[in-house]
Amino acid sequence: MMIKRSLSFIAAAAFSLHATAWQPSGKVECIAPSDPGGGWDFTCRSAGNVLRDLELIDGSVQTVNMAGAGGGVAYAHTVSKRAEDDKLIVAASTATTTRLAQKQFPGLEADMVTWIGALGADYGVIAVGKDSEYENLNQLLDAAKKNPKSVKFAGGSARGGWDHLKVLIAAKAAGADELPEIPYLSYNNGGEAMTQVVGGQVDAFTGDISEVTGFLSSGDLRVLAVLADERLPGDFADIPTAKEQGIDAVGPNWRGFYMPKGASSESKEFWRNAIDTLYASDQWKKVMKANGLIPFHPPAGEFDAFVKQQVQDIEGLSREIGLLK
Amino acid sequence: METLGFLIEGFAVALTPYNLMFALFGAFAGTLIGCLPGLGPANGVAILIPLAFALGLPPETAMILLTSVYAGAMYGGRISSILLNIPGDEPAMMTCLDGYPMAQKGRAADALAISAIASFSGGLIGTIGLIMLAPVLAKFALSFGPAEYFALFLLAFATLGGITGKNPMKTVIAATLGIMISTVGIDISTGTQRYTFGVLELYEGIDFILAIVGLFAISELLFFVESRIGGGRKKMNVGKLTLTFKEILTTIPTQLRGGVLGFISGVLPGAGASLGSFISYTLEKQVLGKKGHFGEGDIRGVVAPEAGNNGASSGALVPMLTLGVPGSGTTAVLLAMLISLNITPGPLMFTQNADIVWGVIAALLIGNVLLLLLNIPLVGFFVRLLSVPPMYLLPIVTMVAFVGIYSISNSTFDLYFMVAFGAVGYFLRKLEVPVVPIILGLLLGPEMEKNLGHALVLSDGDWSVLWASTLAKSFWLVAGLSLVLPYVVGPMLRRRMNAAMKESPVSD
Repeated sequence: MMIKRSLSFIAAAAFSLHATAWQPSGKVECIAPSDPGGGWDFTCRSAGNVLRDLELIDGSVQTVNMAGAGGGVAYAHTVSKRAEDDKLIVAASTATTTRLAQKQFPGLEADMVTWIGALGADYGVIAVGKDSEYENLNQLLDAAKKNPKSVKFAGGSARGGWDHLKVLIAAKAAGADELPEIPYLSYNNGGEAMTQVVGGQVDAFTGDISEVTGFLSSGDLRVLAVLADERLPGDFADIPTAKEQGIDAVGPNWRGFYMPKGASSESKEFWRNAIDTLYASDQWKKVMKANGLIPFHPPAGEFDAFVKQQVQDIEGLSREIGLLK
Repeated sequence: METLGFLIEGFAVALTPYNLMFALFGAFAGTLIGCLPGLGPANGVAILIPLAFALGLPPETAMILLTSVYAGAMYGGRISSILLNIPGDEPAMMTCLDGYPMAQKGRAADALAISAIASFSGGLIGTIGLIMLAPVLAKFALSFGPAEYFALFLLAFATLGGITGKNPMKTVIAATLGIMISTVGIDISTGTQRYTFGVLELYEGIDFILAIVGLFAISELLFFVESRIGGGRKKMNVGKLTLTFKEILTTIPTQLRGGVLGFISGVLPGAGASLGSFISYTLEKQVLGKKGHFGEGDIRGVVAPEAGNNGASSGALVPMLTLGVPGSGTTAVLLAMLISLNITPGPLMFTQNADIVWGVIAALLIGNVLLLLLNIPLVGFFVRLLSVPPMYLLPIVTMVAFVGIYSISNSTFDLYFMVAFGAVGYFLRKLEVPVVPIILGLLLGPEMEKNLGHALVLSDGDWSVLWASTLAKSFWLVAGLSLVLPYVVGPMLRRRMNAAMKESPVSD
């Protein structure tokens, strides 16, 4: 305990030496573009707590809930009303980039804000019921390649949403060409979709690893692949990645932040470093472990490029399935 | 016994001091709401939803609070039936028949006490039925595919009018309004926006909690302002308790029959508590025949409907918890609350949110005991509350509604929407268009659409999949029957009900 504490102290000290130029004073706001209790709300609150514990900021981080349009209300607010605010960060995830790519925030683009960093991810999985004929991802996708209508997927997002896109990413990587033909049934949440797969009504489930833990441990669901670069830690180490099976598909549902584009470059520098320090801290590792978050943290300079690449990829896929004209 | 283990865990949830406090508060507030004429259980629950949000209650506590209000309102409805001959809510209509004559004979205290006891045993029988039936039905529901769900939702819509529905056309209009409102927002099966007109706040659709609080609570406030502005009612005298133990014993068979019948009619979608109390009363009259003196203050004429409507209130929770299809207006409101707490009702809830389901069921049992304890000694207190001038009550309710709704998403847009729904609800109710079907349309419309879409995707566009399975066929059959029957049986039943009632009932 002592060692951990002093380590993080050193980290914080090193950091404060590095960024003497600018530090936020007074109230710092973190907008969670959802109701209390959602994923974005969690991102703001837990990151805010750790930022304070590490003494990266003087006061506390105030979480402001601003629900609406799947993050669109908060995005528009940041772009139009807070464009030069140095002391504002906004929680975001793959859901944000998906909606940006599909032009669901009218008139708003991904380059209207500055993407400062990611703090972990929840990885995509493709699973089948325990009595399914499919034993691995290749069998499943081969069947879909032969006859796109033969494998029906269920997921917890709308058509064109992240759960649907994961199927398309995997199918595309496997060489399927009739992507719009692959049936996808959208449910209100992953739980409802899994019930249908466990009940044998639908062939396969697409979702995130955090959603399947219950049915995985009860043995009702067989996870064919996790869409990550390498195997996940802990209890999930037995699940093969799609890459191992020769299908180059990765689907991280990352959690991170953006901030106003017009903020000063000193403040952007400060926040990028703050997120790096936060991510490296033991406190944050504990938060990740307690909440099933898996390591994911592109280096500070590359995150902006990562987000833009993701938006581009999603845009391409959405065009391919006819969601975007 | 697996169920027993879950129930014990449920008690562990419900018996924490924090949850117990809210159960007690809910039972108390529910009784109060129930005994105010015109304020039914659906309105009562709708009024307290914002409070649950304002206090930031955890899901299980919020549900315990609301189910206690529900149970309390069922108890409270009888008080004004007996004392004023005005039913506090629709299910308490039948209690007027013998309750008021008893009060006129100077036996008001006895009527209130025996009806509290009957409510208790009715509620107990209903909850035991819920405990036995719900897990079985939840397991069975796992085998439901999209086609079966579609037929089930169709059945729910077909039974909407209920057997006592006054004007089927207005019910259809109301349900259609609800479905129309529900189409606003992203369509999850195509991923496109519908009727959002570029307004970002509309992208996720219209929150049904806003619609419910607006349509029920705010419109109720407007009604209250209109009709009861000014002073309260004059004081009423309850009299002395002369009920003997022997008299209570003689009503036990009536309590059992009423409770069981009520539970069954509660489980049936659309039938609800009013039917439960009506059938119990009628059957009791048939069974006892000339031995009773019904309509002139027979004690069993108070017992039967009260056991019936409290049994039905627990029965109506069965389809709501296991299938996500509400059996009555109040359970529709509870369903909306569950969904906005991020809990999906249905078979999965019994495994994934077992603490909430069984916590709520245990709270129903505890609430019943609390209500019995509250209602016998404190009945005089409730009677006095009946004469509280609305000038004190209304501002409190209004404040809680606004604070609660604002605390959900910190958006003033939502407040405007709630007030708009309140005004619309007021005019609709003036036009005698029922508001419950609007809520059901809003809740069930998207589900029905989604399942229709899914069934067609699974069958590659073959419509016959919708009635392929035996289960789906039987839902279609029942749905057909419930569309036709009200025209055949409805007028007959209503004639009898009206003949039995001297004063026209206050609808909910």
